[in-house]
Amino acid sequence: MFYRLAGIRHTRYAADRQLWPVPVDRAQIAALTAFAAAAPLLLSNLYLGSYLLPWIIWSTAALGLNLLMGWAGQIHLGYAAVMAIGAYSTIHIVRAGLPFELAIIGGGLLSAVIGLVFGFAALRVKGLYLAISTLAMQYLVDWIVSHVQAISGGSQATLQAPAFRVLGLPVAGDMMRYYVALAVCLVVTSFLLNVGRTSFGRALAAVREKDFAAAIVGVDPFYFKLLAFWCSSFVGGIAGAVLAFCYYRAVTPEQFNLDVSIQAVAMVIVGGLGSVIGSYLGAALVLLAPIMLNNLVAALARAGALPMSEEVLSHIPLILYGGLIVGFLLFEPLGLAKVYDNLRNYFLVWPFRHARR
Amino acid sequence: MDLMYFAELAMNGALVGLMYALVALGIVLVFKSSGVANLAQGALAMVGAYVVWWLADPLGAPLWAAVVVGILIMFFFGRAFERLALRRMIGQPVIMVIMLTLGTEILLRGSAPALWGAQMKRMDIGIGQQPIVLGDMLINRAYLAGGVVAVVLIGLAMLFFNSRQGVMLRAVSDDQTASWAVGISVERAIGVSWGLAGIAAACAGILWGSVQGVDWTLSLLLIKALAVAILGGLDSIGGVVIAGVAVGILENVIPGYIDPLVGGGTRDLVASTVILLTMLVRPFGLFGREDIERV
Repeated sequence: MFYRLAGIRHTRYAADRQLWPVPVDRAQIAALTAFAAAAPLLLSNLYLGSYLLPWIIWSTAALGLNLLMGWAGQIHLGYAAVMAIGAYSTIHIVRAGLPFELAIIGGGLLSAVIGLVFGFAALRVKGLYLAISTLAMQYLVDWIVSHVQAISGGSQATLQAPAFRVLGLPVAGDMMRYYVALAVCLVVTSFLLNVGRTSFGRALAAVREKDFAAAIVGVDPFYFKLLAFWCSSFVGGIAGAVLAFCYYRAVTPEQFNLDVSIQAVAMVIVGGLGSVIGSYLGAALVLLAPIMLNNLVAALARAGALPMSEEVLSHIPLILYGGLIVGFLLFEPLGLAKVYDNLRNYFLVWPFRHARR
Repeated sequence: MDLMYFAELAMNGALVGLMYALVALGIVLVFKSSGVANLAQGALAMVGAYVVWWLADPLGAPLWAAVVVGILIMFFFGRAFERLALRRMIGQPVIMVIMLTLGTEILLRGSAPALWGAQMKRMDIGIGQQPIVLGDMLINRAYLAGGVVAVVLIGLAMLFFNSRQGVMLRAVSDDQTASWAVGISVERAIGVSWGLAGIAAACAGILWGSVQGVDWTLSLLLIKALAVAILGGLDSIGGVVIAGVAVGILENVIPGYIDPLVGGGTRDLVASTVILLTMLVRPFGLFGREDIERV
């Protein structure tokens, strides 16, 4: 149908290797980008600030984690800790008087350095053992952040994000905060879209599939695993900083506890390992599904159709994350990205279903 | 630093550690037979505690009946989980299996309080509150009972591994393909190991539930149990006892001396530190087999 491939000929390498060879895909991307850019004008402040903004920030974080889990095949159960390091260090750097642009990069770098420590565990152990050591590190970082006064101001304290300027403009109001988050998200997205086409991305894929086979063909698994941890932690730190400055505007240690790590992993798994669009879809489902379900159930309960206590309501998000992870792993291990892909492949050859691509 | 203070901390710590070891037993049993990381063990223990509480309190069953039925329910719960979820994951990458058990942990952690109520429930299994006085030491009666029960159960598990069924489990843990070839049903063996993990979870849940009350925080036992399992070696049942005692002692003694200096809260740190140090020095643990695949 509209995905028609007729008339698309690749006569040059550059044309063959472009990101979206099908014109409809390019049009979709253009429309989405235009919508994202115009969203503050189209949507009410409520939708912008409490749905679109967190979705974009969490997509950025999910993309960073997906680089590690999807592309490099390393499991990471401590991503929230990495984000916490980025958030706290960026706030402290801005407070020290540096501009936000430098501070966020500094926060990202600090996250990357500490994320690399997580990565050193990956050099010695993998699979289950890596999962458990990153889990242990999540607890460790959590504890340090909440107990060291100089970082968080104590376990009960809230650290306000200071007012900040980007490129000389003061960032105040939902609209400016949204554009800052969007800019970061676009940069990270274009990085990840292109990773698959670089030698770096191919090396990561080789390490993911079989690390000693990668070593035999001359790809150093040590180096590339560490590089994957470095890049993904850098993105995580930046996403954490954006989350702290643009969405929460104040940080407490509980915003980055183990459940948040699991939420990030849920986004990646539900969305689809190793897929850019999957990270967006996964973040959307994991973030919005509990809200939607809560609203629905609350409305039903108010109408008296569904007798349900507060206790059940407050546990719906947990049940939903768990259920989504388990359900997707059992029934669609490649996540929402695969669902999207199936649809697209169906329409690619429609109505000639027998002509499988 | 008087010696009695140390001895009291160490003694109570060792007993607590044995109760951790009971949770860790479930992780080790499953890893030994199928090589799957059972990150749902903490939540299984929580569900076990909830089930026994539910049988004993709202349904009004006598305590011994509630315990027996609860253990049976958890046995079949473990088997059902293996049959319905994990068997479909055979051949999938290890990330997927880990995430499946972790997802189940979250699912249970959300649904059990939603089903039975989030308030902490008291579960009295007939152990008094009075501490036992031993010389100058005060020993927590509940910990003592828990430690004894844990040792008995782990001993039973070790005996079980010498029975016919247990020999099959050991064969499966050695080599699944070879076990298949000599006519052992690998699926059944793995199912049984999950059932046993369910039993261990139920017992751990009952003991811990009687100590700290039944609510979702029981699932936090996972990280302690992981520390015990990793330190003892993921495929060593005997290692669980030694490592449990070690982790328990460390977890009680270190905060006893350091907490006054840094202002508290170091207890939560011990398990994570034990895990990380074990990973760095001896990833296969004290008694595990040294066949961890390294790059």
